[in-house]
Amino acid sequence: MNQFQYVRPTKQKAAIDALAKDTSAQFIAGGTNLVDLMKRGVMTPQKLVDINKLPLNKIEKENGGLRIGALASNKAVAEDKLVLEKQPLLAQALVAGASAQLRNMATVGGNMLQRTRCYYFYDTAMPCNKREPGSGCGALEGINRMHAIFGFSDKCIAVHPSDMSVALVALDATVLVSGPRGDRRIPFADFHRLPGDTPQKDTNLEQGELITAVDIPDGPFTKNVHYLKVRERASYAFALVSVAAALSLDNGTIKDARLAMGGVAHKPWRLNEAEKFLVGKPATEDTFRQAAAIAMRDAKAFKHNAYKLKLGPNSIIQALKNATAVG
Amino acid sequence: MADENPGTPPENADHDGNRRDFLKKSSLLTAVALTPGPVLHAASAEWDEKVAAAFEKVPLKLEVNGVKHKLSVEPRTTLLDLLREQLHLTGTKKGCDYGQCGACTVHVDGERVNSCLRLAVMEDGKKITTIEGLANGDKLHPMQEAFVKHDGFQCGYCTPGQIMSAVACIREGHAGSEGEIKEYMSGNICRCGAYSNIVAAIQDVKNGGQKV
Repeated sequence: MNQFQYVRPTKQKAAIDALAKDTSAQFIAGGTNLVDLMKRGVMTPQKLVDINKLPLNKIEKENGGLRIGALASNKAVAEDKLVLEKQPLLAQALVAGASAQLRNMATVGGNMLQRTRCYYFYDTAMPCNKREPGSGCGALEGINRMHAIFGFSDKCIAVHPSDMSVALVALDATVLVSGPRGDRRIPFADFHRLPGDTPQKDTNLEQGELITAVDIPDGPFTKNVHYLKVRERASYAFALVSVAAALSLDNGTIKDARLAMGGVAHKPWRLNEAEKFLVGKPATEDTFRQAAAIAMRDAKAFKHNAYKLKLGPNSIIQALKNATAVG
Repeated sequence: MADENPGTPPENADHDGNRRDFLKKSSLLTAVALTPGPVLHAASAEWDEKVAAAFEKVPLKLEVNGVKHKLSVEPRTTLLDLLREQLHLTGTKKGCDYGQCGACTVHVDGERVNSCLRLAVMEDGKKITTIEGLANGDKLHPMQEAFVKHDGFQCGYCTPGQIMSAVACIREGHAGSEGEIKEYMSGNICRCGAYSNIVAAIQDVKNGGQKV
């Protein structure tokens, strides 16, 4: 691993200042992805700003919702009573991710900011526009079985690997950030970016901005929810396709619905049109089938990931069926 | 990344004057060859204090298996390397070194973590338990005994990590069923394939009701 300077501020402002002045610096919290990437030479920050001394790990009720501190561990959130009661979909998504050890270490803020697991991004001998802008995309004509079917560009076809973020985008969460120019709130759907011509930018965070918390508004999605993750082994693997499904049901009729997919795009992929279609319909497999067809309308496959065109809709249908069956 | 390009040496490094100057510059060049970007920039700009800062070791207080340590570490030292190389606690194994295999699992303040992905400096003031800290003198920990009894290993390389994870699995309350154990032990890979015996060992300890 490269050498780097290490600082451990105890005040939020000092942490933000440390990054605002220095574009080669990075925040570190759990470190589960950053240390991995530093060992491989994929990321080479010259300064690490350890934010673990900042008081940002609370999980509490806030303004008709839940506020989860950016430093709350994935484990703490997944097992928190308030989260289980108000947002069980989030707990399910968190438990589907990583291993027990990694969930103890990884934080909510870091989970959002984890980088793609595209093998061309990870392999410094390969071209990758995300790692080295202008070097090309190895996956486009290479091995692309893990890659995107929505929202990609000819610069990058990587997918975002987070499970937690798929639940958060479905639940209309908001990301609270603090930066050199003050505080702001970013709707979760606008937090991550599509690759376009600048795949090196995963998110819309600006230099020096620190995620402080995530707000999730209370909603009716406390029972009929399901996070379905399809992967190559039963546990501890990234999603080929995942689906976060949340329904509010009244006597078998869908009053409200939330749907998002993981493993299919450069950002957690909310299925707005399919959600609209579901509202007012009976919660039947036929309805789910039609919603899945709507969701997949713009999907386009590459050489090795055409299976996602079938796995995608099937996963949507199954997630909705599972969500309907519980509660 | 040990093969980092050392960059361009200072312009006047290989001509000019007396022996002292030569020695000064050649040692600078040696430093240049061994150091990363930020130090180089500092060196070429003669920001001596910045060179010092980049090389600086960071003080670190840790309690490992009940023993308090006052240490000095480079920020890039992982907890795993600190345990093995500086404290000579080689029970904790380096498998993949990328957080994928679980061989390096230890407890930090009672929670299991992959020590290969923790920078040691981030554990300042914390209590670490490694496989060496489980037994009580010559008396094995119940989980160690259960692994022996159930043949929970073959080559043994993943075993310290498996046992640390297994103890945590029960303490966390995630050993309620075979399925739950498998899910919560999924971060520990065993290439010999002792999985079914590992599950049996954990169930034995759990059902035996012994304190872990």
